[in-house]
Amino acid sequence: MQEVKYIRPKSLADAVHIYRTTPGCRPLAGGTDLMVMLHARALRPEPEAVLDLWSLAELKGVRRAGDMVEIGAAESYTGIIASRDVQQHLPALAAAARTIGAAQIQNRGTLGGNLANASPAGDTLPVLLAYDAVVVTDRRSIAIDKFFTGYRETALQPDELITAVRFPLGRRVGFRKVGTRAAQAISKVVIAVSRHPGGAGGARIAIGSVAEVPLRARRAEAALDRNDVEGAIAAVAEDIRPIDDVRSTAAYRRAVTQNVLRELLESVRT
Amino acid sequence: MRFTLNGQAVAFEGSGARRLLDVLREELGATGTKEGCGEGECGACSVLIDGEVVDSCLVAVGQVEGLDVMTVEGLALQDGKLSHLQQAFIEHGAAQCGICTPGMLLAAHVLLEQSRRLTADHVREGLAGNLCRCTGYTKIIDAVLSCRK
Repeated sequence: MQEVKYIRPKSLADAVHIYRTTPGCRPLAGGTDLMVMLHARALRPEPEAVLDLWSLAELKGVRRAGDMVEIGAAESYTGIIASRDVQQHLPALAAAARTIGAAQIQNRGTLGGNLANASPAGDTLPVLLAYDAVVVTDRRSIAIDKFFTGYRETALQPDELITAVRFPLGRRVGFRKVGTRAAQAISKVVIAVSRHPGGAGGARIAIGSVAEVPLRARRAEAALDRNDVEGAIAAVAEDIRPIDDVRSTAAYRRAVTQNVLRELLESVRT
Repeated sequence: MRFTLNGQAVAFEGSGARRLLDVLREELGATGTKEGCGEGECGACSVLIDGEVVDSCLVAVGQVEGLDVMTVEGLALQDGKLSHLQQAFIEHGAAQCGICTPGMLLAAHVLLEQSRRLTADHVREGLAGNLCRCTGYTKIIDAVLSCRK
């Protein structure tokens, strides 16, 4: 069995260079997904090396920059929850981060990892969609609603690294995760809902664990933009594509999505 | 690569991509840390890195270079006596099979360091990442609460 090589870059520039020039290299941050798959030898193709981004200062921290908040791709959920800027401007992100695993996972999990892993059940991903977040990489910015392109597939190029996530300020987002218990649960359904301040169009209804990607429920959003709440709740059942799996059934997910959407729309009524 | 394990400098030669859990148990003889699920679900392999509780099955050993790692072996006092918390686990019958106990102790140690006004709810939330299949948690929570300063 060949050992996987461990590479610790000195800086972000160093990491970008190594990632572009080293075949078979996988980025590593908090390891909450990658270390499990690495140990199980479940990664295809099998990596020859891991590139450890965890301790790069450029990928840490939460910053207020003008009319947005920027969070480093390798900042931990614990750091996100503790941030005053997040508590004040992005309370739904703090709420979502608190539902992820428990202390052990919150101390290691990152937004960059949640995005790159692109699980349809990723707990922060509907929140990112509802806030109109922007994924910043070593070379460009990607609007979050263009980021998820298929089951665990993203718009990232093979040699592209996520460096930060930017959140424009001003949206009020409601969040709810439904799982089997309060901690250490993978979502059956996870929803984030936002209405634009003033209520004039721009509704966001984003849902995880109900399709191959975290998705925006576009028909439901259109109904909400016409102030048709009942229409939105009916339409959301057409927007989602849930399946039966070990965690839940399609029928349960459809019913719960509609019920939770109703509850959240009441909570973010403008 | 080098790091500090329970206050002692240790060195490890090999790939930094190996799991911290395996290096602790197989290379450094620190077998107090247990493997449960190997997927970050159960918390049995919890250790502290610079005082933060993490699952050592999810950490690449290269990531602790230069840092302080504490395992259950580091809880006992210098003279070899059990800590107050370890003693409380014994007195409350908070361990049965023992697989979850090292991780429980370390996660609880962090809680007790962080807050002087712990409630049962704080302990339940703070230990939510540590699963026990034997005792049903009540005795564990009682043991932790008995150690409030």
